[in-house]
Amino acid sequence: MIVGAVSAHLYLSLSALLFGLGAIGVMVRRNPLVMFMSIELMLNAVNLTFVTFARELDDLAGQVVVLFVLVVAAAEVVVGLGIIVSVLRQRPGATADDASLLRG
Amino acid sequence: MVESFVFAVAAVVIVAGAVGVLVNRNPVHAALSLVATLFGVAVLFVALEANFLAAVQVIVYAGAIVVLFLFVIMLLGVDQSEDLDVEPLIGQRPAAIAIGVVLIIGLTGVVLTSSLTGAPAAHEWVRDGAEVAQIGRLLFTDYVFALEITSLLLLVAVVGAVTLARTIRGETVDLDEPVPVLPGDPVDLIDEDVE
Amino acid sequence: MTPAQVLALDPLLIDVDWGVVGIVVLKVVVAFTLLLVSVLFMVWFERKAVSDLQNRIGPNRAGPFGLFQTIADGLKFFMKEDSIPDRADRRVFVLAPYLAAVPAFLVFAVVPIGGDFSDGNRGVIRIFGHDTLMQVADPPVGILFVLAMSGIAVYGIMLAGWSSGSKYPLLGSVRASAQMVSYEAALGLSVAAVVLFSETLSTNGIVAAQVPWGWNLWATGLVPFVIFLIAATAELNRPPFDLVEAEQELVGGFNTEYASFRFALFFLAEFMNVVTMSAIIVTLFLGGPAGPVLVGPGWMWGTIWFTVKLLGFLFLFVWFRATLPRFRYDQLMVLGWKVLIPLALGWFLLLAGLKVADGADWNPIAVVAVAAVGLLAGYGLLASALWAARRNRELEGEVSI
Repeated sequence: MIVGAVSAHLYLSLSALLFGLGAIGVMVRRNPLVMFMSIELMLNAVNLTFVTFARELDDLAGQVVVLFVLVVAAAEVVVGLGIIVSVLRQRPGATADDASLLRG
Repeated sequence: MVESFVFAVAAVVIVAGAVGVLVNRNPVHAALSLVATLFGVAVLFVALEANFLAAVQVIVYAGAIVVLFLFVIMLLGVDQSEDLDVEPLIGQRPAAIAIGVVLIIGLTGVVLTSSLTGAPAAHEWVRDGAEVAQIGRLLFTDYVFALEITSLLLLVAVVGAVTLARTIRGETVDLDEPVPVLPGDPVDLIDEDVE
Repeated sequence: MTPAQVLALDPLLIDVDWGVVGIVVLKVVVAFTLLLVSVLFMVWFERKAVSDLQNRIGPNRAGPFGLFQTIADGLKFFMKEDSIPDRADRRVFVLAPYLAAVPAFLVFAVVPIGGDFSDGNRGVIRIFGHDTLMQVADPPVGILFVLAMSGIAVYGIMLAGWSSGSKYPLLGSVRASAQMVSYEAALGLSVAAVVLFSETLSTNGIVAAQVPWGWNLWATGLVPFVIFLIAATAELNRPPFDLVEAEQELVGGFNTEYASFRFALFFLAEFMNVVTMSAIIVTLFLGGPAGPVLVGPGWMWGTIWFTVKLLGFLFLFVWFRATLPRFRYDQLMVLGWKVLIPLALGWFLLLAGLKVADGADWNPIAVVAVAAVGLLAGYGLLASALWAARRNRELEGEVSI
């Protein structure tokens, strides 16, 4: 096993910090686009964890999972932005609080 | 030594970018901060010997997803700054930050106090410079079901997006509907504070 | 240690050999200078060639044949007043030109610009007692790096248009982002066909797989090359795909509000992208520096062949500009999404089928027949879907054709 100069704990701590920041972003911000970006931050934190474990455990499955996360993130963004576009078309400047009904 | 240096620089960029997403009022600036974070993560992928993923990360995230964000922001003209002082739910923001900080402390604590163990590798990573071939083989053998499901997921996403974005011409146009403000509009129409 | 490993330069620099570092620095400086000089030449060449095609004389004042015209123009740009519009987003406005110029520089780093590829050599040359390749770096995912950089290049244009705080640039940048993201898919799919044949992602490996005459141009059956050429022209925002800065519609497009040094950077990036994209086409489809060694050292002939092929494509791009009228925006989207991407996908499947058949000793004629039936069925489905969509829109009264 090749262990790099930087310990896996540091990578995982950074990933935890990034995940937490993303979570704060989702809870604090009210612009739906920025909330989406915060979710991307959390997904990236998870990806970083996967790749770290892939190196530490010498297991390529960690990298394969990251590919799947990327695909799911892309699909999620496509649908999410579609919803945001149709909401913002009706009400420009709408925040997440305004979209409280399940109909336009 | 070099890896420590790379890690330090990338970590600073990642955290700065993430904080930027949180505090930037303007969504375009937030998106640019997100790009910085994504680049930092790609650099760490290279440091973790995942060259292929680093390239895919830049192509998919920076080259497609964030461009899509910016495209939506520009197309809808929703690039006015958000007023961060408005707080519809009293006490939500401090509570959210407190929860987030507790989450960070908890996760970091778990990571730092435990030692790294794991089952022996099910899919041995052979470091022969042909990791891309190994990843491809894994994708089309052990993970072929997941692969097919993601292709279906993408198809559903495309159909969903097309359905959501479609406007039917027969509908009557609402003349009272407010028009989005574009950056070129006369100044008095803009409700943001002009510096 | 093999030369490939020396130059792939393990990114963590675990074994630092300062001789190698010196060579890398030298190569960076040489590549940078070469690129700048070739941009100067390209601007002059474009103006001269277009004027010849239009029966004009073109620049002929500064230096012999007007060769120093670009330098004179560049100097003029530096002397001009630098202005930032009042309504601009200052930080992004200042950042955007650099975001456009830097990826243009970086792509050139993975292009093999010389070296002897004949007789099983892999383009290795020897300087100062070190084996090295005539390219700045040969990362194992080289061609993906090119795609990544061309994905990043869109930021400069998008943000320039948005941050100007003006309508025409904004329209230009919205057009740019949609166009570049659309054609990126066709670009990637035609690269996939090349990778299928070369069985490697490294640019050096792709060139070595085409030696001496197995160019991907015909090995992949011409279609991916044509798709790549069209998609690359669209990616570069060159005519006939220059809707981003269509003068007659959008004043000057995304860079209307830019002046002086910042405008020069956009100009530089645009022409640099032409040079690097031509170099990438040469590498992917025409065997890069590979070619017969006639007389003298082999590495020299690599550079000569590379330059000859590169000049051919530079002229082709100029020729496009002088002869083809601009696309309409809906035609651009139809070409990208309904023609190029399905064609690239279908062709890739056909090539993959032939490759499998080759390995499994199946009858290639039967494979082609089955593939043809499959592709025809796919095309039929696509055509009927397009017809149904059109019919629906007609019923809703959206199109009257």
